[in-house]
Amino acid sequence: MRRKLPWVLLTVFLGVMVAGLLLGEYKTVLEKAITVCLDCIGIG
Amino acid sequence: MGAKDKAVRKPREKRSWYQAAFALGMNAWLPSWFKGEIFQGGVKGVCVPALNCYSCPSAMGACPIGAIQTFFGGLRFNLSIAEKKFGLYVVGFLGAVGSVVGRMPCGWVCPFGFIQELLHKIPTPKVRLPRFLSYFRYVVLATMVVALPLLIIDQFGYGQAWFCKWICPAGTLEAGIPLILLKVDLRPLIGFMYYWKIALLVLFIGWFILSRRPFCRAVCPLGAIFGLFNKASLFRMAVDDEKCTLCDQCYKDCPVEIKIYESPNSPDCVRCLKCVSSCKFGAISYEFLGKREVARDLRVKSPASS
Repeated sequence: MRRKLPWVLLTVFLGVMVAGLLLGEYKTVLEKAITVCLDCIGIG
Repeated sequence: MGAKDKAVRKPREKRSWYQAAFALGMNAWLPSWFKGEIFQGGVKGVCVPALNCYSCPSAMGACPIGAIQTFFGGLRFNLSIAEKKFGLYVVGFLGAVGSVVGRMPCGWVCPFGFIQELLHKIPTPKVRLPRFLSYFRYVVLATMVVALPLLIIDQFGYGQAWFCKWICPAGTLEAGIPLILLKVDLRPLIGFMYYWKIALLVLFIGWFILSRRPFCRAVCPLGAIFGLFNKASLFRMAVDDEKCTLCDQCYKDCPVEIKIYESPNSPDCVRCLKCVSSCKFGAISYEFLGKREVARDLRVKSPASS
């Protein structure tokens, strides 16, 4: 029996991810990632 | 056994090499170590399905747990200058990965899981992790990653990355120690927080030596998220009750100490597939995109050897 739930979830979450990309969230993540995170290293 | 079934030996028996390759691949920009900087290429906005600190000098991708806290901490509707972004990109990424393979990245990709497995090889008396502690990772996820960054604000009106700041030993190991060693100008900033994180890392390392992947099982919010998808992902584990003899060899070999015959798609399972290799009765199998692979029943001699 072919299970539908994983495919439904995958479609929904890919849609959510694309929506985030269209809203410019990639840039937000990139800006955070290329800056030294003082919280992460314990001096924030 | 169906036509699609076939005996396996394969990648799962070389899993450590895959873990090492992924750890190196996610932290491949080695020149940064010599320059004392962190990699700043445009690909670094791509999330990786692992707890890999983006402040590690050579990290080439973004830690999704750090990234999602950034969104939650910045989500302030009362601040006109605050970005109204919900972190859909990160949530979608985590859900998409989880929908396909569930918690498999924990077993194959995550460098911090790999470090725990290596440290656990140090020969000492070992301690089993109490099972109730596996629920604690949901508490960490709900509080340190979601609630506190959303609800507690600093003097500037923003939330903080509570998990990264107060707990994450991956950040201390991969970024905190290296950056303090490499960047002299950061050293005057060392204070209580740094010593707290170093002390926590030392405690965790001791725990890694004594118990099997305790951070993944009891603390990791990323594992908590991926684990929620284990029962609903395309990748599935299965146990043939007729072949299983309850010998517990799979349990003895399991890096997260689960009895897979009780719950083949348990949220605790990191899908390392070690149990598939351990089972001498061909009882454990996995299925992905319609293809099913079953461990060889070692009691059955192949026609060539008979």
